[in-house]
This record gives sequence, structure tokens and C-alpha cells, in this order.
Amino acid sequence: MKHVAILQFPGTNCDLDTKYAFEKLGCTTTVIWHKERELPKNADLVVIPGGFSYGDYLRSGAIAQFSPIMNSVITFANSGGKVLGICNGFQILTEVGLLPGALKRNIGLHFISKFQTLKVVNNSNDFLQKCDKDRVLNIPIAHADGNYYIDEEKFKVLEKNEQILLRYSDAHGEPVIVNGSVTSIAGVCNQNKNVFGLMPHPERALEDILGSTDGIKMLEGLIA
Amino acid sequence: MKAIVNIFLKEGVLDPQGKAIHHALDAMNFEGVEDVRMGKQLVLKLTSDNKEDALKEVTQMAEEILANTVIEDYTIELV
Repeated sequence: MKHVAILQFPGTNCDLDTKYAFEKLGCTTTVIWHKERELPKNADLVVIPGGFSYGDYLRSGAIAQFSPIMNSVITFANSGGKVLGICNGFQILTEVGLLPGALKRNIGLHFISKFQTLKVVNNSNDFLQKCDKDRVLNIPIAHADGNYYIDEEKFKVLEKNEQILLRYSDAHGEPVIVNGSVTSIAGVCNQNKNVFGLMPHPERALEDILGSTDGIKMLEGLIA
Repeated sequence: MKAIVNIFLKEGVLDPQGKAIHHALDAMNFEGVEDVRMGKQLVLKLTSDNKEDALKEVTQMAEEILANTVIEDYTIELV
């Protein structure tokens, strides 16, 4: 049975949804307060869930990156451990430098909360290994700072290494502008493909009654 | 001594807030605004009186946390 460590900062609000999701998929979980210094020894996966750590003060994710637990997360990631950042977790991972690029304010300035179709761009990684390439998934988004930016040179590297995970798309997989992200990017991974970040919330798409079960295949890939 | 740190999105990085403010100014018939960039200003009250040390330290702060140098530039003024 896989063990998932879920980080909790002041202002995190998807920690219990994430815990529910991974327990539903058969994992054991520990929710770790950000002032802890050590991850559980048996952690197979670290998840930084969504929310508004430190009220998004200064920049989304900017202050959380210096919480005591983050040193252990960096060590875990650098030794090949799998880390997933969802929404605010994605912002924190870019701020701390475990993922390339940065997330800016949405182009229309609105907080966007809705179901959004996404195209699977690359599945040559643990996270999306169970999703077919080019398949369109339906997953909720809920963010104000999801406008992914990366400079041209680094974008080329991202594309070449198949680090682009997902793009906002229409139902046919054609890219659409949702928040201004460079080439409609919704999620990326690092070069070693063990650190993943995305703005959409797969943990909110596990049950028909909530409108979609497309999140199951995504999360299952990480605990396979 | 105080350090005034101004942080703006880099040239070439689209500033959605600046753009929205520009649109609002247009809508209010304020003509003659070519561009609006929105940033933030942090005022740090320092204990040190040594400008050289202070500049070094505040630069380190800006690089490590105050600005995200992937998308932002900063200036430091000591007063």
C-alpha cells in the first residue's frame, strides 16, 4: 500500500479533499503541518495541495517555499521522490525552483472556477501514464494566478523533453485561452519527470456525482 | 535607514493588471496614457547604517524572496 504525505500550510484548503482522494484510491496518508521538518520515512509521494498558503501574500506560493518542511521536500525530490503540486502547490513548486516557469495573475484578472477540458500533451511520465495521449479530460479549475509564464528558450527545452503535461483545450483538444498561459499550458513536470505541477484539481474529479471521474486516472498513475 | 524595493514585471512579460488599469483610464477618457505597468513597493526599515552592507543584504532578500526573478525585475533605493 502506497503512503502519501500531504502538506498543510496556513491557508491550504484542499488538504482534506486530497487525503480523501488518495485514501479512496487505496493509499494511506499523513497530513503534515508545514512547521514539521521531516517527511514520513515511508512516503512514496508528496502532494502539495491547493489553497491560499499565507493568503497569497507577496506572490502566490512565495512565502510557503521557505516553510521548514520544504527543505525535506527539496531533498526528497532531488533524490528522485515523486512530488505533485496542485494549484497553489504548483505555484509553490515554481517559486521554490523545483519546476520551471512562474504563474502570474490570470489574463482577465478574474478568479476562474469551473469545469475545464484539458488535452493530455505527453504521457511519457508517471503522472499521466494511465491517460491516453491527446485524450481530452474534464477537470475543475479554481484559480486567480494560473497564467503560466516561461521564456522562449526554456519553453523550447520544456517542449523537447516532453515536460508539458496538459493544455487547456476545447472538447476536441484544440488549445483555448483560459488564463493567458503560454501556449495554454495547464501543467508541467521537471526534467527528471518526478516533480509534477498543474493548476486543475484532479482530486475534485473522482466521482460521477461531482461531474467527472477523469481525475482517477491521473492520480492512479502516481501510485501505480 | 530605509530600503525601498520596487518590483515590476519584466519588460516583455504581459502585465494583466496594468493593462486593465489602462483600459479603465481609457474608458474614463483620460487620454495620453501610452502604457501602464503595475508593481509593488516594499519599504524595509533597517537597523544598519552602512549603505554598502545594506545594499548587499537587501539585494539578497530581493533575489531570494521579495521578487520572483523569473518574471520580475526590482530596484533598490536606500534613503
